[in-house]
Amino acid sequence: MRTFAAVVAFSLFTIGFFAGFSNFGIPQIEPSPPPKEEAMNLAAMTMDQFVALGEKIYGGKGTCTLCHNAVGGRAPLLDKMATVAAERLADPRYKGKATNAVEYIRESMVAPSVYVVAGFGKAGSNDTESPMPDVSKGGISLSEAEIAAIIAYLQSVGGVEVTVEIPTVAQNDANVPAQSRAPLATAEEVISHFACGACHKVAKEVGELGPDLTKIGSARDRDYLRRAILDPNADLAEGFELDSMPADFGGQMLASELEMLVDYLASLK
Amino acid sequence: MMRTARYFLAVGALLVFAVAAFVGMSESSGGSLVSTAYANETAGSADAASTKARSVYPPAPRLTEADYPRIPGINSRVTVWLAAQLHLWFAAFVLAVPIFVFIIEAVGMATRDRRYDEMAHEFIKVSITAYSLTAILGGLLTLSLVVFYPDPFKYLATIFGQTMFYYALLFFVESATLYTYYYGWYWLQGGFRKWVHLTLGLLLNAAGTLLMLLANAWLTFMMSPAGVDAAGTFGGDTWAAVHNFLWNPINLHRMVANVAFGGSIVGAYAAFKFLSATTAEAKAHYDWMGYTANFIAISALLPLPFAGYYLAAEIYAYSQQMGITLMGGIFAWLFIIQAVLIGTLFLSANYYLWCGMGRSDGAARYMPYIKYLAIVIVCAFLVWFTPHTLVLTNQELKALGGPYHKYLGPLGIMPAKNTAVNVMIIFTALSFLLYRRANLIATAPWARVGNATQAALFVAGVANIMFLGVYHGYFTNTVYKVAASVPQVLTTLAVIAISALIDFFMYRGARTVAPLRWGRVPARSQYALFLLAVSFTWLMGLMGYIRSGIRQHWHVVDIVRDNSIDAFTPSLGYAANVVSVGAIIFMAMVIFVFWASHVSGVKAQPSGYWKG
Repeated sequence: MRTFAAVVAFSLFTIGFFAGFSNFGIPQIEPSPPPKEEAMNLAAMTMDQFVALGEKIYGGKGTCTLCHNAVGGRAPLLDKMATVAAERLADPRYKGKATNAVEYIRESMVAPSVYVVAGFGKAGSNDTESPMPDVSKGGISLSEAEIAAIIAYLQSVGGVEVTVEIPTVAQNDANVPAQSRAPLATAEEVISHFACGACHKVAKEVGELGPDLTKIGSARDRDYLRRAILDPNADLAEGFELDSMPADFGGQMLASELEMLVDYLASLK
Repeated sequence: MMRTARYFLAVGALLVFAVAAFVGMSESSGGSLVSTAYANETAGSADAASTKARSVYPPAPRLTEADYPRIPGINSRVTVWLAAQLHLWFAAFVLAVPIFVFIIEAVGMATRDRRYDEMAHEFIKVSITAYSLTAILGGLLTLSLVVFYPDPFKYLATIFGQTMFYYALLFFVESATLYTYYYGWYWLQGGFRKWVHLTLGLLLNAAGTLLMLLANAWLTFMMSPAGVDAAGTFGGDTWAAVHNFLWNPINLHRMVANVAFGGSIVGAYAAFKFLSATTAEAKAHYDWMGYTANFIAISALLPLPFAGYYLAAEIYAYSQQMGITLMGGIFAWLFIIQAVLIGTLFLSANYYLWCGMGRSDGAARYMPYIKYLAIVIVCAFLVWFTPHTLVLTNQELKALGGPYHKYLGPLGIMPAKNTAVNVMIIFTALSFLLYRRANLIATAPWARVGNATQAALFVAGVANIMFLGVYHGYFTNTVYKVAASVPQVLTTLAVIAISALIDFFMYRGARTVAPLRWGRVPARSQYALFLLAVSFTWLMGLMGYIRSGIRQHWHVVDIVRDNSIDAFTPSLGYAANVVSVGAIIFMAMVIFVFWASHVSGVKAQPSGYWKG
């Protein structure tokens, strides 16, 4: 009986040690939940939002960063993809049908073997076959709109003009991630939703950290106001520091909300 | 000798015929359901619409949360997880034991040493109770799947219904051969009868292996589906679905791992009997049994990392994404836990061998070297244990200058780990070599040359492994980093095979220092056997989790999406807790198996109970 108890205690201790090490000896990483199936409102989207959506898909549902990252060296980095597109299209190894950067990037996602970057082909294929899957099928199954969003993102990070168009066709694909929020109805709602009053004196708000906007329409035109919201560092108001206003409102506001806000601010005279 | 050869030739031909008939049956019956043109298509090559027009099978179901029945108070996933894992543990055990029982029986027949026959019988006796538990747990798993995951199960049954039917038939064959093999052990003794008995053992192994191959097809289909189109519509070719991309890699890995696992479990049985034994004779018997079990476990443990590596490489070849999720993604830290477990396995197996040298009076000659072996194996373990990227706070990152340690970071990459594991395996083989020769004095005239050749072989082998690891790991680009592993493995295998061959000839007809004193081992050595069994059990559970987990939110990868509330991938701590609970239940059941095996041999003599 004593032997039995000793053996049981020893076994339990061993199992306890392994369980303890797994719980406390290594970092507990919570894997991301499975991608949700939602619908998105493309019609109300600005290009900045579209680029932001592309970035989100690039690192999320598209699982692009799994291979295209600086650590593993398993797939080429894509930050310059949009800028080298013309060079690739002229390469004798290119086997596709694209004629411009947008088509080339799209082709590289749905038919990756048409051009394999040297050193990144499947083993033994002499760089004629890519290990990358067709992202429009299988487990990734990106829709046309999602692929276009990634193209927009890649053009944006490449520092070239974003020429891909936001698809206008309604997306019925159930696998599309999205803007689940209903558009805000008035400029006051926009100001309240995005907490503009935390810094600015505008509408009924009395923020003091940013410029007073109660008469901004008399000093600035609509283009200036739009630019100031989308890219706050482009024109700094006197006495205010760089990066003091969030630069991601372009990725958060719907196009209709942005225009409504610009109209409202322009009317404050 | 000729008689033995003829025997193996005849049963070999019989088995080949049986397998060919089985495969042919699958192909011919499957092929009749669809046109030949469709059968030639590969997964994903046909569009769903055209397939639908030609196939009699429905596409894969698109499920919603409502399609998963729930029972209040019961977690569906954990229930299926535990049932599957417990079934697998027992199945691995009952599949492995007949393999080495067959070999031990054959050794007994060849040497005419009855002790082997008795030991083989005792091994199979232990697995008899485990056999019925395997079946019960298999039934529990099937019921759990039907209750909690009816649609995915139905989909798999649509594709594998035919193989499931054969599976059930094979189960009868396995049961019939197992019971005849076990209960007929002392009936089928001597001459022709013994050959009949051995043939039964072979049939038992053939049936068990075929069962495993069929079950493996179902699970590998879920990882690398084949024989279906992009919509999941089955083309009717059962063999295509069975012979999917990951089927053979899993078959190989499970076969080797089962033997290692089975060896470790019977080793634990022998260790328990040794510790409980009250006579020197019983201690000697169970010491010998434990040694044999450990030998079996180590023999399978040595090639196991290679089989695992082959499986991982094939997963990567099938899907780069799946491969990266496995090795570099959310599961990457799991391999640090695995390193701890494999390190434990190697250290406990080696420690048992070193303790076992106490049985020999000639072992003193080699004892001074043991500490060096221990140092090398521990260092190799530490290299394997070193993570690549550290998860740090901002402050720690700043202090370290990045997510990698300046000196230890390079040890985190795969070439370093491959080098470490190869060195660990070579030194374990060296441990065994020292153990084997501890009680022997070579009488071959070329013994000095033989020893020098062996020493040179080990030095050259380790140097080559180190060179390959360092050169390819740090001085070539990414593509060649992993490619170095193949010559490393070949070096390891060559060193082990050639040195074992030299040893075999050098010590043929060798003088023994003194008779081996079985039973003269410290009690702590037996705990090394328990450690081996518990670590193996836990490791199997952990690797089972990762094998299944890399499918992430898919029942069948890219075909049937998991939309249940349990579709998320659990964290490693959560998985470890489930595995631990499973391991404790398994150990409790194994103790019951051991106990049942023990009481089957006890005869009470109640006085005054029976008439006369």
